[in-house]
Amino acid sequence: MARIIVLLKDIVDLTEMKVDPETRQPVTEGVKRRISELDKRALETAIQLKESGEGEVIALSMGGSGTRVALLAALAMGADAAYIINDEALAGVDALATSKVLKAAVEKIGDYDLIIGGEMTLDSLSAQVIPRLAELLDLPQVTYVKEIELGEGALRAVRDLEDVDEVVEVDLPAVVAVVREVNEPRIPSLMNIMKAKRKPTEEWDAEAVGLSAEEVKASSSVEILNVMAPKVDRKRIVIKADTVEDAAAQLAEAIVSEGVLER
Amino acid sequence: MAQNVLAFSEDRELLIQLLGKGKELADSLGGELNALLVGSNISDSGELAQYGSKKTLVADGPGFEHFSVEAYKAAFLKAVEASDPGIILIGATKRGKELAARVAAALDTGCMTECMTLEVDEEGNLVSERLTYAGSTIATEVSRRAPHIVTIPSRAFEAPEPGEGVGEIVTLDVSIPEPRVKVVERREKTKGDVDLEGAPIIVSAGRGFKAKEDLKILEELAEVLGAKVGCSRPISADMGWMDDWIGISGRKVSPKLYLACGISGTIQHAAGIRNSQILVAINEDENANIHEISDYSIVGDLYTVLPALIKALKEKLG
Ligand SMILES: Cc1cc2nc3c(=O)[nH]c(=O)nc-3n(C[C@H](O)[C@H](O)[C@H](O)COP(=O)(O)OP(=O)(O)OC[C@H]3O[C@@H](n4cnc5c(N)ncnc54)[C@H](O)[C@@H]3O)c2cc1C
Ligand SMILES: Nc1ncnc2c1ncn2[C@@H]1O[C@H](COP(=O)(O)O)[C@@H](O)[C@H]1O
Repeated sequence: MARIIVLLKDIVDLTEMKVDPETRQPVTEGVKRRISELDKRALETAIQLKESGEGEVIALSMGGSGTRVALLAALAMGADAAYIINDEALAGVDALATSKVLKAAVEKIGDYDLIIGGEMTLDSLSAQVIPRLAELLDLPQVTYVKEIELGEGALRAVRDLEDVDEVVEVDLPAVVAVVREVNEPRIPSLMNIMKAKRKPTEEWDAEAVGLSAEEVKASSSVEILNVMAPKVDRKRIVIKADTVEDAAAQLAEAIVSEGVLER
Repeated sequence: MAQNVLAFSEDRELLIQLLGKGKELADSLGGELNALLVGSNISDSGELAQYGSKKTLVADGPGFEHFSVEAYKAAFLKAVEASDPGIILIGATKRGKELAARVAAALDTGCMTECMTLEVDEEGNLVSERLTYAGSTIATEVSRRAPHIVTIPSRAFEAPEPGEGVGEIVTLDVSIPEPRVKVVERREKTKGDVDLEGAPIIVSAGRGFKAKEDLKILEELAEVLGAKVGCSRPISADMGWMDDWIGISGRKVSPKLYLACGISGTIQHAAGIRNSQILVAINEDENANIHEISDYSIVGDLYTVLPALIKALKEKLG
């Protein structure tokens, strides 16, 4: 029986996020929030591990007021319970502070065999929280995982590195980060979506996990000063013609007259 | 305040790029540039002085033959003790990133991932620009507490020319912890040898291709255009039809012409092709995002458009 904690972060739906044409800053307010794509795959991994044996999947997220709704998706997919750390005083803290809070929460949940998260969250692209958590908990870390199996008190995984695939074995408990290729997350059935609302969800502030929000905030040292979308000026000409041959000829003409083929 | 800079990457080419930027930072802060080498039977530690490394810290031993994050962290912490850095530069390979985060946690300090630019502001804080929101935006971030740790991707900074520099070699005495993660097998991967980053013309395949054999059409187009062939992540990582992919997590290209075939144009792919001068798309779905970010596009089936395009180009180019 494996108890697995999955780390999930809700972020703005990147396909719906627009850029303000004046300021070129992303508009995140009012955009639907979803579980970051790789975290969903981490969750799918945990659920599959549970299904191949026996166990429990606990979703854990440090987020905000919208996190509860976003995490319903996790419960619908198959998580058994969700814990949310929602403390306004922690808004905007960096990966260092985030991992301190998650460490405290993980310890409060306790009695886990495995912690699984994503390689990185797609909004921050920071790829830090999992190794940081491994360091803070003094646990082995297995990053860039694309295949994983649980055995008796141990796991076996394939790590996807630039030059090699590394097959590794490690005793539990351990901390794992998955890459995109690990699986395709399931789409929950309507019935499971209905059931999700009845699964236990608990919300904590910093104090509830034994931390002072002020101290955690003070330890945060990286701050975002400004976010801007680079300027893209594309012609966006869609070539229309009666036949494929005509369209292709027009495209060939356009490419040649752009002068990009000259060497 | 004088600050030393410490640079590390297990990738030698990238390490030299870090030394170039590191020298500039160390000079402006009145500090010293030092480098860390970790490995087994290291023979070329003297070389780094030519790139400005004053002290080259060497952790050499059989336990370092393969990268293990716990062993390398132990070496790193020794190097930090021995060189007192205010700024730590680590190459943003996959291994480098997991090491940087783990070292940052051990030192209880911040870390900025994959920095494209680096600058010290008036208060001595480190400011960087890096991609966020899956690569669709550039964030300016500041690190307010030393040691500042940053990871730096390949080619963010140019490699310096070797000079006359003199430096010393300091051997680190590291006790390697018993490895908790056991590597039972290493499967070497083939690496795409094409220099995609430098290619002036790239044609690229996405999931619109139904079979590996069909890539022949794209190769034929590449031949007519004198282009290199690239692809989206699924074509490489899921299908295994090619070695490398283009995008935020893959190669970042800046050709004069990029031609995307059967690629939907997700933000992750778009982030790798943004610097293309002219972007062309062939995609049968008129609502595909790739049309929004292209200069020219055809809404159509690549299996009929590509042969027609090859024919048309052959006629034009003679
Ligand atoms: C952390 C992370 C990092 C990622 N990094 C990258 C990255 O670096 N690079 C990358 O590419 N992806 C990356 N991805 C994956 C990315 O999200 C998309 O899954 C991927 O880019 C989609 O590839 P595609 O466009 O080939 O496939 P799809 O999105 O499936 O698009 C296929 C397109 O082909 C069109 N098509 C189908 N048949 C035809 C036909 N006969 N003729 C013409 N058009 C046709 C369809 O209309 C469709 O638009 C990443 C994902 C994650 C989570
Ligand atoms: N606020 C958070 N709450 C829960 N898990 C998180 C949070 N931030 C990051 N994680 C986990 O850590 C992984 C790496 O995140 P990051 O270091 O932010 O790129 C994510 O894929 C998540 O699994």
